[in-house]
This record gives sequence, C-alpha cells and structure tokens, in this order.
Amino acid sequence: MSFIFAIFLPIIATLLIPFLFKKVSSIHTGWFVLLVPVVLVIFYGTYIPSIMNGSTYLDELPWIPSLDISFISYLDGLSLLFSLLITGIGALVVLYSIFYLDKKKEKLGNFYVYLLMFMSAMLGVVQSDHLISLYFFWELTSISSFLLIGYWYTRDRSRFGALKSMMITVFGGLMMLGGFLILGIIGETFSIRELIGQASALSGHDLFVWALVLVLLGAFTKSAQFPFYIWLPDAMEAPTPVSAYLHSATMVKAGLYLVARFTPIFALSEVWIWLVTGVGILTLFWGSFFAVKQTDLKAILAFSTVSQLGLIMSLLGIGSIAYHVTGDLVTTFTFATFAAIFHLMNHATFKGSLFMIAGIIDHETGTRDIRKLGGLLSLMPVSFTIALIGSLSMAGVPPFNGFLSKEMFLEAVLNLQHFDLYAMDSWWILFPIVAWIASVFTFVYSLYFVFYTFRGKHKPEQLPKAAHEAPIGMLVSPGILATLVVIIFFIPNFFGNAFIKPAVAAIQPLAYQVPTDVGFTIKAWHGFDSPALYMTLGVFLVGYLFYKTIPKWSAVYNTIPSKVSLNGMYDGLMRLGDSGANRFSSIYMTGSIRNYLVYMFAAIIVLLGGTMWIKDAFAIRFDNLAPIRFFEILISIILIVGTITILVTKSRLTAIIALGAVGFTVALFYIIFKAPDLALTQLVIETVSVALFLGAFYHLPKLNKHEKGKEDRGFRLTNFLIALGVGVMVTLIAISSHSQKLKLSISQYYKDTVYSEAGGGNIVNVILVDYRGFDTLFEISVLTIASLGIIGMITLRLVKKKGDRKIENK
Amino acid sequence: MEILMSILIGFLFMAAVYLILSRSLLRIIIGTGLLSHGTHLLLLTMGGLGGKAAPVLSDGVTDYADPLPQALILTAIVISFGVTAFSLVLAYRTYNELGTDNMDLMKGTEDND
Repeated sequence: MSFIFAIFLPIIATLLIPFLFKKVSSIHTGWFVLLVPVVLVIFYGTYIPSIMNGSTYLDELPWIPSLDISFISYLDGLSLLFSLLITGIGALVVLYSIFYLDKKKEKLGNFYVYLLMFMSAMLGVVQSDHLISLYFFWELTSISSFLLIGYWYTRDRSRFGALKSMMITVFGGLMMLGGFLILGIIGETFSIRELIGQASALSGHDLFVWALVLVLLGAFTKSAQFPFYIWLPDAMEAPTPVSAYLHSATMVKAGLYLVARFTPIFALSEVWIWLVTGVGILTLFWGSFFAVKQTDLKAILAFSTVSQLGLIMSLLGIGSIAYHVTGDLVTTFTFATFAAIFHLMNHATFKGSLFMIAGIIDHETGTRDIRKLGGLLSLMPVSFTIALIGSLSMAGVPPFNGFLSKEMFLEAVLNLQHFDLYAMDSWWILFPIVAWIASVFTFVYSLYFVFYTFRGKHKPEQLPKAAHEAPIGMLVSPGILATLVVIIFFIPNFFGNAFIKPAVAAIQPLAYQVPTDVGFTIKAWHGFDSPALYMTLGVFLVGYLFYKTIPKWSAVYNTIPSKVSLNGMYDGLMRLGDSGANRFSSIYMTGSIRNYLVYMFAAIIVLLGGTMWIKDAFAIRFDNLAPIRFFEILISIILIVGTITILVTKSRLTAIIALGAVGFTVALFYIIFKAPDLALTQLVIETVSVALFLGAFYHLPKLNKHEKGKEDRGFRLTNFLIALGVGVMVTLIAISSHSQKLKLSISQYYKDTVYSEAGGGNIVNVILVDYRGFDTLFEISVLTIASLGIIGMITLRLVKKKGDRKIENK
Repeated sequence: MEILMSILIGFLFMAAVYLILSRSLLRIIIGTGLLSHGTHLLLLTMGGLGGKAAPVLSDGVTDYADPLPQALILTAIVISFGVTAFSLVLAYRTYNELGTDNMDLMKGTEDND
C-alpha cells in the first residue's frame, strides 16, 4: 500500500462522522473515531524497526503536475517520531474525549470532524517534503485549530481566543509562505530534501537571510514563542481534549518540527543560531516566570507549554552550532539536538496527562480556578497521583522522564562555553544563568499547580459541584501517559534508540549517516563531577524556598501594568487597525461628490503633468498651422465672453442663455472649419438643449442660493486653481500632440473611395452610415435608452410604503 | 490657428471644471455642457484645421477637410445630448423628491443619514 494515503485517512473518515452522529446516536461517536488513530499508530509503528536502521521512505501523489506541485510524503526518523506522537496522543485524546464530552449535550459531529481534519493536517505537515504542500497542511492546522478553539461558539471568550490564534498563526503562516517561495526561487526546487542537498550554495544568496527570518516567523508564531505566545493562553477556551492535543502535544510542536526540519538548510547562518537559541531561552524564562501568576489551571499549563517549547527551541538552536564546528565539538553540540528531541517527547507525555487532569478537575468540580480549589487529595487520589507524576516530571525531579531531559538541557547550555565563534565566548554565560532561573520558576509553578489544587483546605462551598473522583474511562488516557513518564525514566535508552536517534540523524545528516551512528546514551546519574547535577540541586533548593514563599513575593506581578503587556499591545494593535482604517476612510470618503471630483481632477493634473514633466514631452511647432483669420478671432472672443458670463452670472436664465450662445458659437466654428453637418446638428441640438434647460430651470431654485458668505472664498479659490490646472493641462497636451504628429491620417482612403465604393458624395455621412455604421447603430441605442430612462423617471413614482415620512427641505 | 484653438479649448475646460466643482446641480450640468463643447472642438482641432473645402465631393476640389473627426464629433454630439437630457430630467426629479439642488446636502441615503 502506498503509505501517503495514511495522511488522508482521518480526513476521509470525517465524511462518515455526521452520518454516524445522526443515525447511530446510541453509541458515542468517539468510539468510531478512535479506530482511526489506533489503526494509524499500528501502521506507523511497523515502520519503527526499519527507520531505526536508517531507511527512509518516499511516496508521491501528484497534485498540480504542470506546476510541479505534488504531495510528497517523506518518512524518516523525525517525521516518524512526530507521526507517532500525533496518532498516539490522538488516540488517547479521542478516548478521553469520549468520557469528557456528553453525547447528548454536545455537537459531537462537529468536534470529531474538526479533530480528524486537524489530525490529517498535522500528519501532512510532518511528512510533507514539498514546501507548497507543507504550507497547505500548515494552514489546514491553523483553520482546524481555529474551529476547535471556537467549538463552544456561543461563548465570547471562545470566539475571541479562536480569532486571536487565527490572526497570529495565519500571520506567521503567510510569512512562512514568503520564506518558502524565496527558498523555492533561489534553490530552484520546492523539495526539502533537494534544498538540503544544496544548503551551502543557498547560504551565499542575498535573499537567504530573508527566507530564514520569514520561515522562523512561521515557526515562532505556531510554537508560541516570544512575543507571539499570547494566543496560546487564550486558546485555553477550547474543550480540554483539544488543549491537551493541539496546544501541548501536537500543533504547537509544528513550529519545532519546522525548525528541526530546516536546520540542515539554515544552520549555516549565524542569524539562525542567535535567533533560535535567543528567542527560545527568552520564551523559556518568560513563560515560566508568568506561569506562577496564573490562577486558572489551564492558563498555568499554557504558560508552562510556552516555556517548555522555548526550552526545546533553544536546544535546537544550540544543536545547530554543530554545523559550525569540527572534531569532537560536533558531538558536543549534537547532544543538544538529542536533548531537544528527547524533551519534546517527554513534554508530550507529561503535558498531555496534566491537561487531562486539569480537564478532570474542571469536569468534576465545575471550576478551574486554583483559588477555589484545594484539598482534593483525599477526594481524587488517582487524579492526584497522575498530576503529581506529571508535575514532578515537568519540574525535573527523578524518577520521572523530565529529570533526564532537564539535566541534558542544563548540560547542553553549559556546552556553549566551548563555542568561540560569533562573540559567543563572552556572552555564553548568560544562557546557563537564564536557563537556571527559568528552571527555578518551572519548579515553582509545577509544585504550585499540583499542591495548590490537591493540598490545603477543601472549600466545598466555593465549588459549583461536589467534588469526587472521575470515572475510570476518563482516567485511562492520563494514566497511560503518566505510566509512560515513569517507564521512559527507567528505560530511556530503549526510547532513545527507537525514536530519538533516528530523529537526530535526520536533523544532523552531515554528522550521522544512520541512526545507529548516534552514540549518545541517556543516564540518570552523571557522577559528582557533572556541573548539571549541582545546578539541578540548586534548582530544587531555591525552587522550594520560592514555592513556600509565593504569597510573599507574588505581589511583584502586580507592579507590571497591564497596558504594557503583550496582550495589551495586541489589543491596541487590533484597535488601531480597526479605528485607523475607519478614520482613514472617513477622512477621504466624505460622501460629498465635490471632494471626489477634486481627487479626480487633481489626479489628472498630477499624473498628466508629472508624465509630461518627467518625459519632457512638451513640444510646440509653428509650421503646418492653419492661418488665423479675422472671423475666427471674433468668434473666439464671443465664445470667451459667453463662457465668462456663465461663470459670473447670478441668474439662472442668463447662464442658460449664455450657454446657448456658446453652443451657437461652436456651431459657427464648425461652419468656419468646413463641417456643415456638424454645424447643422449643433444648431438643432443646442436649440433643443436650451429649451430643455429652460424647462428644468423652471423647477429648480435660484443659482446663487448656495454660494454666499466669506467661507466660500476658500472653496472658490480651490475650485479655481484646480480648474486652471485642468485647463492648462488640456492646452499643453493639445499643443504638444498636434506638434508631434507621427502618422498620416487614414482619411485619404475615405476621400478616394467614397463615391467608387459607397456611391455617396457626402463623406461624413457615408462614414456614419456605411464605413462606420456600427457607431451610429449604438448611438441610436444610446438615444433610445436615454429617452426610455427619461420616461421612466417621469412616470414611475415608487413611493416607500413604510410611514408617510416626507423629506424636509433643509 | 491650432494653437489659438488649443488655448480656447483649455479655457472651456477650465470653465467647465470650475462649474462642475460648484454646489448647484444646474451649474454642474451646465459645466458638463461646456465640457462636451470643449471636447468636440478638441477633436476637430486635432484633426487639423487646414482643409479648404467641406468634405462633400465636388468637381475640381482636392483639399477636403478631414471627414473622420467630423463623423466622430457628430456621434459625440448626439450622445452628449442624450446624456444631458437625461441628467436634466434627473436633476428635476431629484429636486422634486429631495427638495434641494445643493450637492452638499445630498450625502448618504435615507437609511444611514
């Protein structure tokens, strides 16, 4: 079987779900859905042995062959690890959701359609080898995540959170698309494998750093790195299975996957190392520091997720240094990559279980507010055990898997001292210090999470429901994850060989040909000479002191005003966009036709004048001109006088008659310039027009009613200047175009053939009805339409029926 | 002569634009009338004004005025007449319905005003 279709299996299964939900209402839809991830886990599980030995798999499904776009599924250690995480935790989450979501009260059909859509999208992201299909699946995760966060769409907070995550992740996604396109253009291929092959050639290109920064923006927004993490805490409005799945184990790791996948391409750049490591460390500290401030269980976990993602991100950054060093140092820095992938796996296990416990507490007590909870230990012993395992693992305490990866993290950060390029030798010390402080806060919030919830005084009067232990089915999934947490601690190298080493070999293809070359073993005990050991002990000690004194120093959070917070900035930015666009359009869209006419005429002046100026197009030639005769001057003077009369008169009648006079002088011009048909038409039409004007004038008010007072001077001055500008432009263009005639007229043909071909003597009339008869046909149509329109306007009187409101004459 | 005509046409355009920018509906329509006069004269002028005879075949004449611009203008005159008539009736109806011919007062619609 062609394994690329496994990606599409969940999305195909969505077609059945509405049917199952509607028709088979006696069985919870989740049981059917559960089959999909279980089948996929087993399917991907069969690839583990061969991937361990260094094989990779490739499968292609053409999509748009003419543009060379196809779905290419590439399975190596990295994508297999992620695929197993997605399907494995997916299965547990579906199982958990069966007990979490009520089959009668909830719209389960929607939920599982979105969830399976998301699963397909994630599998697509981690297996795509083609940049465009990667982007396609990437945006599909954004959309399905948006739908899932807004699952309870009647709640304001859900809609707000969904919109916020959409805005931020789609912003990043579009930036990433830009980066992909740059990569595709400079590398002349959209295949990631082929791009990796020519990485050193690419890194010399001018646009390389742009591609790097844009792709990183995509990764940072998706993985909730500083300062884009703000959407993640608000996404906690989603149902808890969604938070556990998307916002701890899978979607937020898409950014990490992206960084890991592109490391072989971008790691040659210094910018990459600084950005990935620096932003990661900053996020780690920021997230852990603010997690203690939160009072909502899920918000604590959200900030903790942010912080842990920062940790993994910084490890990936340190791992990239391996591309810049030689000899033993390669192994030293590749160790960070190894630690990153290990922690990524560990984080998925303990964070998934913690989210599920938070959901259980919410489900069984009716609140997630840590200030109302407490003393649940005796009521919910199983949940407590699971939460304790998860929290201690998160804090980095043995005997749980978090301890192993946290130790490796500290060691990797300390390894930075061996790197002396890019001024790292003087700055490296900052990284272990910040990492250590962040670890202290991680320790504090982990204890805070578990002990403030389960220890202390029970406050039943503050809880909406009487607290009791969750049903067994709900505890299965977090139980399995918590068991994994312990198992990984005791047999870490089994997981290391099966999952981590193949992934490391995929990220560092230069250092390792096959996964078995990766020579790391995970040890719980490093001996007394390991500095990481003392750092860990320090974390425990200081962390415990901090935890005991939380009420004393937590006031420090209140000193930071909410306006300068990143959420405040996001809200401000949204408001600014909204009101700014509003203000902008209300400035130029006034509703007054005169303003729009001013823009148009000004544009004519500026564009035409500017073009003439730039192209130096003005020309004037005095040869080939017709002679000036007395009559023409006389008529011109009459025309000017008539026009000025229209401009200055205060009487409507005078204006109309002057317009008539201008029309008749135009007719005189036609006579002088040998155009008898024109003169005839002009005379007739001018007469009819004047009659029409007189008819309309009878019904219209006096002319000078509106133009009065001193404030009108500015109005008239602008009008005059614009009018003058248009007049001058027309004159200049007319003179220039007449002076630069390039081709002879085609009229000689008409003159020569008018009698022989058309049998007429009046050339103008023959042109109108014979040579260019179509013009005349449609000109007749214009007149017909105009007269029909006039009849319609006069005879049709559709009055609005609602109310007899008459518009007052203002 | 063409240069003189160009200046005259520019003047007509100036007057037309000035009128179109005013507040009164009637002045705006008068402005469009002047604008079409200017345009027609511009067409004629750009065709060249040197023709000695009207473009009607007659014996012994070879130097006819260019007939093509004249045909174009004839079409344009008729069309602008149709438009002018339509807009005049429109103005009349507008004033009947709204009770004003001041463009500044004709903003928005009944619903959002």
